[in-house]
Amino acid sequence: MSVDIYKINPEFRDIMPQEIIDLEDNATWAGESVEKRGINDLTDKKEILEEHSLCAGCPEAAALRYILAALPTPEETIIVNSTGCTSLMFPHIALHTVHSLFGNQNAVASGIKRVLEWRFPDKVKDVVVLAGDGATVDIGLDYTLQSFFRQEKITTICFDNEVYANTGGQESGSTPKGQVFKMAPKGKAFDKVPMWELAVTSGCQYSVKLTASAPKKVAKVLREAVLIARELGPTYIHLYTPCILEIGLAANEGLWEMKEQDKDRFADFKFVTPEAEAYLKECKKKGLL
Amino acid sequence: MSIKNMTAEKNWSGQTMVSTDYLLFEAPREKHFMTGSEVLKEAMKRCTVDASVSYPITPQSEAAHLIGELWAEGYVGTYFRGENEFGVMSEVAGCAMAGARTVTTTSGPGTLRAMENFPMWSGTRIPVQLILMARGINSPLTIQPDNLEVTFMLETGCMIWYAENVQELFDMSIAAFTVAEMPDVHVPIVTVVDGFFVSHTRESVMLPSDDIALRRYDPYAAPLPPIDSEMPPGRFLRDPFVMKSNYISYATHASWQWEIRSAVERSIPYAKHFLEGLVHTTGDEDAEIVFVACGTASHQAKEANRELTKMGIKTKVVKLRTIRPFPHAELLEATKNAKYIFVPEFNVVGWLDKEVTTSLYGKSDAKIIGRPRVAGGMSMPAEAIIQEVLDNTDVKKGA
Repeated sequence: MSVDIYKINPEFRDIMPQEIIDLEDNATWAGESVEKRGINDLTDKKEILEEHSLCAGCPEAAALRYILAALPTPEETIIVNSTGCTSLMFPHIALHTVHSLFGNQNAVASGIKRVLEWRFPDKVKDVVVLAGDGATVDIGLDYTLQSFFRQEKITTICFDNEVYANTGGQESGSTPKGQVFKMAPKGKAFDKVPMWELAVTSGCQYSVKLTASAPKKVAKVLREAVLIARELGPTYIHLYTPCILEIGLAANEGLWEMKEQDKDRFADFKFVTPEAEAYLKECKKKGLL
Repeated sequence: MSIKNMTAEKNWSGQTMVSTDYLLFEAPREKHFMTGSEVLKEAMKRCTVDASVSYPITPQSEAAHLIGELWAEGYVGTYFRGENEFGVMSEVAGCAMAGARTVTTTSGPGTLRAMENFPMWSGTRIPVQLILMARGINSPLTIQPDNLEVTFMLETGCMIWYAENVQELFDMSIAAFTVAEMPDVHVPIVTVVDGFFVSHTRESVMLPSDDIALRRYDPYAAPLPPIDSEMPPGRFLRDPFVMKSNYISYATHASWQWEIRSAVERSIPYAKHFLEGLVHTTGDEDAEIVFVACGTASHQAKEANRELTKMGIKTKVVKLRTIRPFPHAELLEATKNAKYIFVPEFNVVGWLDKEVTTSLYGKSDAKIIGRPRVAGGMSMPAEAIIQEVLDNTDVKKGA
């Protein structure tokens, strides 16, 4: 619809919680001018993520704040989630979000996107999948890749913490080889699954691997991915958000860990199809980027 | 084709939109001769369906193709083939969450592969219709008719209706959307037929003309807002109850589950109206020997009833048309004179026998006999039913 759905009925304003009032008074929405939103809003605007319930210093929480602040049109964005640490944050997001089952996020998102295109042929409604590495790379791999094969116009973001954190620290497909975790008491026996490369061979228009160490970079990648998905097809972001708890770091050490990995397992990887490249240039001209 | 072609009177394919009562009970009908798969296409053609997702599995594949043809012909809004049944049932969930009238089809092993989705469907309160063309479950490999899969569906929180033949499949699958979409019901509905016996059998069937169709589904009348960013989001909380280990979170989950079951019960008056009763009875009203069955088994029981009548033995057939909600009151009333209740079934576990026994426990003195029971694709000749009557009752002693 528009940002109007966040406007409070004046009759009820006096009984509304402050965070709901703040959403109307001081959050940033796309409205008419798409270019105005951005992570600079994090300093003084109302965020569309309320106080989260993750561990202190969790890089996942920081990454989600960057992503929500950078969405081009949050009031027309649906976020599909899966089970895991990220699902703890979803009730705190002021958008239409779905938690359905563990691993089916790209299938649910495909259905939602297809029907929104059918029901609202004159509107742009963005569908963004946001799930952990267990959901994306292991239990939901089939549905993730199949949505790429089908060229679904959705953005898929994997918050890779390289472990099943919410269930207590078990090895995942995304864990690096040799790492000792629960269920891998002798160390993981096979390599980290290169999901960002699978995204390319499976038909994504855009696939980027990075850490959440640099907020502006995360915001830029997110915006590019959402804009390309609107027009061309599936886009994929593989984002390192370490589980500081499971790798034995303190609450203030997440950023340091991500910076270390910027040079190692999460060294820059960026794939953009020529069509997407050309489209991004157009977006820049229009001031959308 | 575009949704923009819709007017107040016509849907996007130009059909005049009519009430369910008109479509089911008042519109003039003509006789056709077609299979269950073909008649499902005719039903869906008249339902103003927004979305369908398909996957091949015998015996429902043809029905799924034909819904695809409806999409190609401009009757269905969006349609595609999913990757497997787990994916498909999640995709149709997404379609329904986004505000679509949605249908899909599956059979046997596909049902079990998709199983995690069905309680999610009811928990999400989406009025998806699943057409279940029942077949056997592996292993060993089978594609034969057998309705064992229904027992796995019983406690998913979905409504379950059971059609006996091609005509019932047509009428029920139209009524199913209407009842499932009632704002005070709004849960998924599974319309079951026995695979092959109904999906592949050509029968005469009376159909209204195809230039009329159901009115469009209104997602804004739903008890939960559709996921389309057109209404305020349902949740934005400082202190969400989900994932918390406390009394409120337990109580919330428990009450939600009760509410889903209550919603299924609230469908009863609507189902009574559109199905013209939750049970249909035939045969001798006062008979002490009663067959309780659903689907094809009830057809065979009616055949046995005709033969037994010729032998001078009075029997009655009670066909259950809804399994969830279970028609407790109607079953009790229909079996009040029974001394013997036979439950013929096409599966090895006797799930309907268990349902009937539980329902009548402490309320009926009749002896409940869960036979004959055939499985794995075996047919159920009327003789098998007759033999059970002769072996297990006192009719031979001059009843």
